Amino acid sequence: MTMIEPFLVKALIAGILVALIAGCMGCFVVWRRMAYFSDSLAHSALLGIAMGVMLDVNHNLSVMVSCICFAFFLIWLQRKKVFATDTLLGILAHGSLAVGVITITLLEQRMDLHSYLFGDILTVGDEQLWWLFIGGGFVLIALSLNWSSLILMTIHEDLAMAESVRVSRLEILLMLLMTIVVAVSIKIVGILLIASMLIIAPAAARQLSRSPEAMAIFACLIGIIAVVSGIYFSFEFDTPSGPTIVAALAAIFAILFPLSNFYRKN
Amino acid sequence: MTDIISASNITVTRDNKDILDNVSISVNADDFITILGPNGAGKSMLLKCLMGFYKPEKGMINRTPNLRIGYVPQQFVSEQTLPISTKRFLTLRKKVDEEEIEKIADETNIKSLLEKPVHVLSGGERQRVLLARSLIGNPELLVLDEPAQNLDISGQLAFYKLLEQIYQSRSLSILMVSHDLHMVMATTKKVVCLFHHICCSGEPQIVTKDPEFVSLFGNDMAEMMAVYQHGHNHTHEVHDHD
Repeated sequence: MTMIEPFLVKALIAGILVALIAGCMGCFVVWRRMAYFSDSLAHSALLGIAMGVMLDVNHNLSVMVSCICFAFFLIWLQRKKVFATDTLLGILAHGSLAVGVITITLLEQRMDLHSYLFGDILTVGDEQLWWLFIGGGFVLIALSLNWSSLILMTIHEDLAMAESVRVSRLEILLMLLMTIVVAVSIKIVGILLIASMLIIAPAAARQLSRSPEAMAIFACLIGIIAVVSGIYFSFEFDTPSGPTIVAALAAIFAILFPLSNFYRKN
Repeated sequence: MTDIISASNITVTRDNKDILDNVSISVNADDFITILGPNGAGKSMLLKCLMGFYKPEKGMINRTPNLRIGYVPQQFVSEQTLPISTKRFLTLRKKVDEEEIEKIADETNIKSLLEKPVHVLSGGERQRVLLARSLIGNPELLVLDEPAQNLDISGQLAFYKLLEQIYQSRSLSILMVSHDLHMVMATTKKVVCLFHHICCSGEPQIVTKDPEFVSLFGNDMAEMMAVYQHGHNHTHEVHDHD
């Protein structure tokens, strides 16, 4: 076998890191029905990227800041109790996506909008790898430290509160972690497809698992298989990396789906 | 008698409305108190204040230090997407040995459910599992918030019977919010009627004749309770002559 190209090694490391982070975080997205929220958060990230370009700030940072603003703005609107959360999310997500696209088009610099929307794993640089290591490490450590509490409050919030779990604090933590996941993985799968990394792998894993930990581990493994095969196809056939990875995930889900009938009874 | 937990003159205000208005309640060792009241009367809020989820705007909560409280919440819907066995759910965030699990599973009749996933359990089974979880760590006080709300009538009967057994066999106090007063009429020692403030409280037989009780729940309810009381006339008579 010939030497693997260095850019492919970087792409593989980046992809595997994203699979690990998204696998664990994604379980909570599936359990707590945050799928639409994660999707909207990712949409709003484009505005963050535009801001980053405008102010000449690192994209990871500007995306985190814009996503956090998005999250708190959403909470504020939710408290008004005028519209249902999905309506609010729709307004905020598409509003900020639209403003983001306009801003990027108006900027003097030529930017490859396509690579932000769909990701470009084959051009991942060293700096982005560091962001993935540190951001991803933080997410994984924070999740594992609070694992049981997060699961208990997912099953029953009042019960968790009665057993002195700080529920509202952990909810904010989850949102914060989600912004980190979105920010560091945009380069890999792109704004439009991040949510699918968070949802499909855990959903496929559910069909194999009998405990929350097993589901997280299977989600990571499925993510890794999808990323590796996605990168291979993307490289061989020159397809966009993000969609290829997501297509691989969807294929794995489809293959595992018949099992769900069996597991539902167990 | 010693109070193990008490609220004195607590007031909770939300959106400019007094949810609890100058409410005082105390639970003694070995008490069995049932709180009842219409929806939105502040019953759950009172429990939450007592357990320390919320700090009331006014008033004091006193608890004996390190009081062990077991909490049985309202029925929950378990997400199918979260795979977890009953046993794992019971021990989540709890330090407990096999022996205690066995004992409690026997007591609450959930032994055969331990290896099953939580999401396949029936309503009654789920409620027994929640009760079992609350018993871990040998609580001195059980707090129950409409524990049998979504069960059918035979499920309710079975649940309250189990609760009575636990009350008789363990030395603990019970503080419960429930609409099913008729089911616990014989066991509950004290009834508290709450509608933002405490309307009336005392022994169940006396409270159900109280004009405040009648005005809160209507004549029908009062008459219905009178029928239930009739069935327990013996204990009532004995009490009267004490």
